[in-house]
Amino acid sequence: MNINHHLSDELLLDYASGNLSEGWSLVVATHMAMCPSCRRRLAAMEGAAGALLEKVDATDVPVDSWERMKQRLEGIRIEEVKQTPAAAPSGATVFPEPLRSYVGADLSTVKWQALGLGAYHLRIPTDDPTTQVRLLRIPAGKPVPEHTHVGRELTLVLAGSFRDGSDLFGRGDIEEADDDLLHTPKASPGEDCICLAVTEAPLKFSSWIVRLIQPILKI
Amino acid sequence: MTQTKNQTLSNDEMAGLLKAIASDRSVDAFEAVFRFYSPRVRSFMAMKTGDRQIAEELMQETMVSVWNKAGQFDPERGNVSAWIFTIARNIRIDFYRRRRPAFDPQDPVFVNDDIPSAEMEFERVQDAALLRDAMATLPPDQLDVLKRAFFDDVSHSTIATDLGLPLGTVKSRIRLAFEKLRSALEGRR
Repeated sequence: MNINHHLSDELLLDYASGNLSEGWSLVVATHMAMCPSCRRRLAAMEGAAGALLEKVDATDVPVDSWERMKQRLEGIRIEEVKQTPAAAPSGATVFPEPLRSYVGADLSTVKWQALGLGAYHLRIPTDDPTTQVRLLRIPAGKPVPEHTHVGRELTLVLAGSFRDGSDLFGRGDIEEADDDLLHTPKASPGEDCICLAVTEAPLKFSSWIVRLIQPILKI
Repeated sequence: MTQTKNQTLSNDEMAGLLKAIASDRSVDAFEAVFRFYSPRVRSFMAMKTGDRQIAEELMQETMVSVWNKAGQFDPERGNVSAWIFTIARNIRIDFYRRRRPAFDPQDPVFVNDDIPSAEMEFERVQDAALLRDAMATLPPDQLDVLKRAFFDDVSHSTIATDLGLPLGTVKSRIRLAFEKLRSALEGRR
């Protein structure tokens, strides 16, 4: 797999430090399942955190801390951890973990909802009220309705590809868009583009007709 | 076993202790690991929670997890401090009842690193000695931003507000810091 669009350091650091909420983390971790290079960068950040941990000042150590720990150990039985590889899902699997736990194994089982204009989506429920996560299916050769964002948007390609300006995004590529960026992603011809997208708040579509139907579609 | 709490064992020595915990359930080996890491993990927990008792409890949870999972530590893949950091971080996330989806290397769709492991820089990205040296060369303002991100568990915009800086400055410090760390780690090849 040839991934050309990666996670930013800021986003990776948020994930490495445990400060990224569920919705963003789902997309970030699904990208990393396909991207060894971002996993190496994550490992380097966790290494940096480890080096910082070694330097943390120890204060207020309770005198009985070790004794209490030792007592706790006596009550623990070790369970052997069996590493059983997950069964290979059947069919055309496009969804790696952790996404698969949220939407199932493959495309054929997705219960798409029509968005109009030939596009479909599936809202992915999470426990994270600060984000909205969706799968999107954009028909081959068709544009995604143009939109600006409130805050950040992350889009991960799972199948097909799209072009945004001069950049081509294929499977595994992630696009990180900020406020105010008006972009016009367009699915490449030949194959529908399936994306995992997370946003901070409902999208503001800039085309008046889409803006008009947005509250009805709840997109 | 006596061990001064600030004595830094080498990463290889720590990895050896974890191995003894995993294979022999050695309480002595665990005590050495505990004496070094528990005060640091407790402080780490106190930074976010601001409560000594909660910090002690979360530290104990972390160390129980180290005891239970010692066999899962892979010295080829990383260093002990980084591994213990990730355990502590995950326990802190659980405490705040947040979910953090993670990739699964056992997943059949998981894309493995195709760089041959002998040449792989992966094992080097957590080279403990290199990291320590590289961190020591970071300018204080960049180091400060990293500490706040890892230990205070706050967003970059909160860091910017706390420091009275534009968000862009915080982001560029993060980028500069990691560029420097990566080039230090890759320089070994």
